[in-house]
Amino acid sequence: MEPDKPFSTEEDPARFQSEGALTRFARNQIATLALILLAMVVVLSLSTRTFLTATNIFNVMRAFSWIAIASFGQSIVIIGGGIDLSAGSNMAFSGIITAMLLVEGVNVALSIGAGLGITLLVGLANGLMVSKTKLPPFIATLGMMSIVRGFCYGLTQGWPVRGLPRSFVALGQTDLSFFIWRVPLPAVIMVCFAVLVYILLDKTKLGYHTYAVGGNEYAASLAGIFTGRVKNVAFTLSGLLAGVGGILMTARLGVAAPTAASGYELDIIAAAVIGGISLTGGEGNVWGALIGAAIMQILRNALVLLGFPAYWQPAAIGAVIIGAVMIDMYRKKSI
Amino acid sequence: MSDTTVTTEKKEPIMALQGVSKYFGGVHALEDVDFEGYPDEIVTLVGDNGAGKSTLIKILAGVHQPSRGKILFRGKPVEIPSPRAAQALGIETVYQELALIETRDVPANFFLGREPTRGTSKIFVDRKKMVNDTVHTLKDLGIVLPSLRTLVRYLSGGQRQALAIGRVMPWGGQVIIMDEPTAALGVRESRKVLDLVLQLKEKGCSVVVISHNMRHVFNVADRIVVLRGGRKVGDRMKSETTPDEIVKLIVGAEML
Ligand SMILES: Nc1ncnc2c1ncn2[C@@H]1O[C@H](COP(=O)(O)OP(=O)(O)O)[C@@H](O)[C@H]1O
Ligand SMILES: [Mg+2]
Repeated sequence: MEPDKPFSTEEDPARFQSEGALTRFARNQIATLALILLAMVVVLSLSTRTFLTATNIFNVMRAFSWIAIASFGQSIVIIGGGIDLSAGSNMAFSGIITAMLLVEGVNVALSIGAGLGITLLVGLANGLMVSKTKLPPFIATLGMMSIVRGFCYGLTQGWPVRGLPRSFVALGQTDLSFFIWRVPLPAVIMVCFAVLVYILLDKTKLGYHTYAVGGNEYAASLAGIFTGRVKNVAFTLSGLLAGVGGILMTARLGVAAPTAASGYELDIIAAAVIGGISLTGGEGNVWGALIGAAIMQILRNALVLLGFPAYWQPAAIGAVIIGAVMIDMYRKKSI
Repeated sequence: MSDTTVTTEKKEPIMALQGVSKYFGGVHALEDVDFEGYPDEIVTLVGDNGAGKSTLIKILAGVHQPSRGKILFRGKPVEIPSPRAAQALGIETVYQELALIETRDVPANFFLGREPTRGTSKIFVDRKKMVNDTVHTLKDLGIVLPSLRTLVRYLSGGQRQALAIGRVMPWGGQVIIMDEPTAALGVRESRKVLDLVLQLKEKGCSVVVISHNMRHVFNVADRIVVLRGGRKVGDRMKSETTPDEIVKLIVGAEML
């Protein structure tokens, strides 16, 4: 910061035009992440026989679509300067509510609507706690994580809900055909939500305000942005999207267990963080979260395929989270 | 304590504070302050650190609510419950803290909170208009930034201040408030800001400028208001005072 420069300073006007293609590429976080993902795919395809089989790719896509969708909602919250620890519990909750209604004979659309509606309300409650009572998001959603999990156990008396109708289970198990490709429905839904959240964050006023609130809440409020509303919307969408992930998970597993998705909140947050969404807020985008979720799932898959003992998986994932964030910090500082 | 009220012109003030106090817990940031702003006039607000200058302008900007006293706008009592309400009245503010979003680029900061939208939807941001208007305004003001896509994080102190000042210009505000607008600026940059302040007055605005720099104050002011310890201790036409007197009012020398 040099105070003695006039406005019209020619301070490196050329810098941004003339920088090398490589620098510009490195500056682009998403490109870097996509490259890492691609490298993983290539290495695995060459070193294992099973990775590049249709079945395996299918399973990977299915498995990470739930986490990814929930992490899109998480991304909105984190970009807005918050965090949502209740996402994992919400995934279980939407599944249980939907499943309980289904076994009572309520139709599929209504059951899903109720499951989503309830996690949407949980999200709104998170938002109101943060915006009205000024509770730190970490505390508000930590409490909510436990409350919602308690409801999951209480409503089911601890028993998994089984016997879900085929028409519902199909949601998680159907494949769609695109030309010669067959793609699991959850992956298609995931991409649809990614596009929607991208549009919301990048193209709408609400999205601009979300970045502003996360980047500098006080400045946003001085500029006339109603920061409380922005937070309410962010947490509500996070609840809703965790609910969507939970329904796809339940449909895929064919059973709604009160213990489902335990600990997923950390995977969901990790996906966003690996994807370059800074926990300090105001930065990152949904494509990062998508790639982050993919990287984590492929890593898990790789560990299995490479015969790495399953017990050691969490350690490897943890190392990747730390590594990814360190690389990102270094990248930001050095460019 | 001498408090010369100045009403040489018969004009009605655009905005006025009457008997305004502001308490933050036990801190009396402002105590029974009267303050007016007239069209075609530059008031400079001076005082030591902690005198209550920023608090005063934040009451006009809708950031703080007075604990006591009235706000008049064009002669009518008003409340200014939010920054948005101040903007709606035509009060534009450049804050001492600059209030920029470091993680966002230049156009996003330029239109912060007031992003233009496409069509009638009010939902989708008109990014093209944002970029074009930002370019035009900055060009008119002679502000050159490295690239519009630069994040504010990478701008220098002077560039940030230029952006913070430039972005209030297009909104046609009748009251323009600048809290220490030359604080991060060098000689040439400061000159530009002071020229801009004079232009705003030519356009008929009521301009309130906070500054610690006596030269800048006497350069542009029509009237000088002095705060000390939250109280107004002086309100002088520039023609009727001297830098010496103002400094004494600021520090509170007894001999007045
Ligand atoms: N938001 C706030 N909360 C508590 N005290 C404040 C707040 N804003 C200002 N003050 C106090 O009010 C007094 C006046 O501050 P300020 O208006 O910023 O002074 P100035 O701008 O003249 O330096 C100071 O004592 C300051 O500490
Ligand atoms: Mg101040």
